Amino acid sequence: MPFSEETLTRLKADAAEITGKYPKARSALLPLLYLVQAEEGYVSDEGMAFCAEVLGITQTEVRGVATFYTMYKHAPAAEYQVGVCTNTTCAIMGGDQIYAELAEHVGGEDAAHHGAAHHGDIKSPDGKVAVERLECNAACDYAPVVMVNWEFFDNQTPRSAKQLVDDLRAGQNVTPTRGPSRLCTWKQANRILAGFGDGQAAEGPSAGHASLVGLKLAKERGWQAPPVTETA
Amino acid sequence: MTDTLTPVLTANWDQPDSFTLAGYTRTGGYKALPKALAMQPDDVIAAVKESVLRGRGGAGFPTGMKWSFIPQNDGKPHYLTVNADESEPGTCKDIPLMMANPHVLIEGIIITCYAIRASHAFIYVRGEVLHVIRRLQLAVAQAYEAGYLGKNIQGSGFDLDVVVHAGAGAYICGEETALLTSLEGYRGLPRNRPPFPAVEGLYACPTVINNVESISSVPSIIANGPRWFEGLGTEKSKGYGIFSLSGHVKTPGQYEAPLGITLRELIDLAGGMLRPGHPIKFWTPGGSSTPLLTHEHLDIPLDFEGVGAAGSMLGTRALQIFDDTTCVVRAALRWTEFYQHESCGKCTPCREGSYWLVRTIERLEQGKGTDEDLETILDVGDNIVGRAFCALGDAAPVPITSAIKYFRDEIIQHQKQGGCPFDPAASTAWAV
Repeated sequence: MPFSEETLTRLKADAAEITGKYPKARSALLPLLYLVQAEEGYVSDEGMAFCAEVLGITQTEVRGVATFYTMYKHAPAAEYQVGVCTNTTCAIMGGDQIYAELAEHVGGEDAAHHGAAHHGDIKSPDGKVAVERLECNAACDYAPVVMVNWEFFDNQTPRSAKQLVDDLRAGQNVTPTRGPSRLCTWKQANRILAGFGDGQAAEGPSAGHASLVGLKLAKERGWQAPPVTETA
Repeated sequence: MTDTLTPVLTANWDQPDSFTLAGYTRTGGYKALPKALAMQPDDVIAAVKESVLRGRGGAGFPTGMKWSFIPQNDGKPHYLTVNADESEPGTCKDIPLMMANPHVLIEGIIITCYAIRASHAFIYVRGEVLHVIRRLQLAVAQAYEAGYLGKNIQGSGFDLDVVVHAGAGAYICGEETALLTSLEGYRGLPRNRPPFPAVEGLYACPTVINNVESISSVPSIIANGPRWFEGLGTEKSKGYGIFSLSGHVKTPGQYEAPLGITLRELIDLAGGMLRPGHPIKFWTPGGSSTPLLTHEHLDIPLDFEGVGAAGSMLGTRALQIFDDTTCVVRAALRWTEFYQHESCGKCTPCREGSYWLVRTIERLEQGKGTDEDLETILDVGDNIVGRAFCALGDAAPVPITSAIKYFRDEIIQHQKQGGCPFDPAASTAWAV
């Protein structure tokens, strides 16, 4: 469905703000794709046409870029995209089991037998939640890790992950381990990726428990970086 | 005698407001900046050269030397691009660093840009870390408000704009030339070198690309002096670094120590292996692209030379540790599937080679492999390494070829048994 005049006016103002940050406007294509994904939940033909118009490039050029990057969805995404890391460390620490149990929990028995090559979404019947495999999300010290709308849910078990999905489907508030107290929706997350903050940066801990283990140990044992002895 | 752990970048992470301007300033932040701005730009470069800081993103190229390759008085804009696309499997240091202490990165960016005469910097951060992106956006906004970014910074006449740019899910964009192509708004394909980015980088202008931890180390070098930094570490690997332990240890996490610490020491600090009676079987020193090592290598110094001499690479100090419940074929297969998934498709050796590696390793893991498959894998690997367009291809055969090197018998056992001799349930975090 084409954007309404009102939506278009708003999107154009946002787009101008984004392109204004870059020495060359084409650099704004990735954030612009997030902007239209924030509007519709995925990158639609209209969304791509909008990006093409803003940048003065062809829709084919936009599509070429949009299909290269896995964070752009080409069909409507769920309100909550639940990603299970199944790269090696998480997989071995239990991510494979979490993925298999969660896939079945959300998508039924057939979904449990997708192999490691399956990266697509497994949607809940109500469309609220989709489960997918993720590659390494740089949280290996919290393995196994689950991400919801790109927020960290650390040290998961099959049970905690199923509870998480049930809570999301029931509309309960869930709190990421290292993130804001309130989980934002998929569309809101994409707006942040486009460069527009939601004022929640100061929420949540500075660092999670695993990030602090070395520092804590150093403090207990009185270890520190050497003092400065030169006057350089 | 230097202490075993030396928190510098991680030193303020336990403060509830460490990620704010006030929190960073209270713990000594933004003290290096006025010192740098009072120096000549070339002297800043010289100081970083003198510190012998080597790139913390994996390759270990001397940072100051990289900066000195930027041509001066060439009439072109210069750019700094921070590689914050941390996606190498096992690597998890830059993400907590930017979440807890984004201002140390911003201070490093300002000093670096002043040194290389750049007035525009980009933080290319992977997109899948929403809260880190919020914290970076907040830190940049606070730095503008405080006059650390924008026009005429601290009355120095130096101008700088910083943009937080979210990637969109592509491991290849951690490769520096693919990162630039992506930042220009295209598919993230690597470029031919030469020309090197220092000469023709972003928008064909001189560009420095540095890892988050490298740039974040700069304020400490300027504030404390290059000799302070050089006093840490080993003969050719100077300074401190964040060591990230994951997998089968009691307390996985981040340990900041001088380069040269050993894995035996680190495992000891981490409370030992996860399960009594299950010793270490294999580990990566610096992510999945660095060849596997075993219990034989617990005492090698974790510095560029020590790990190199053991036949691997220091990489990103991403120490993924696996005990003897773990099937090495399963681990190598999953990493290889990752390279296949992330291959950008530009060059044939990587695109086709990673595909066929996966097919062949799958057979091995299922116990349907043959001796010929092992030779095929090594042959395919030989035909990727050195023939691929970029380092992603070169890395693709690394997990399985190093697994064959140390665990050929285990792979043959799969064949004999007609299946995997390991129970995946026994390797999980909750298995006792």
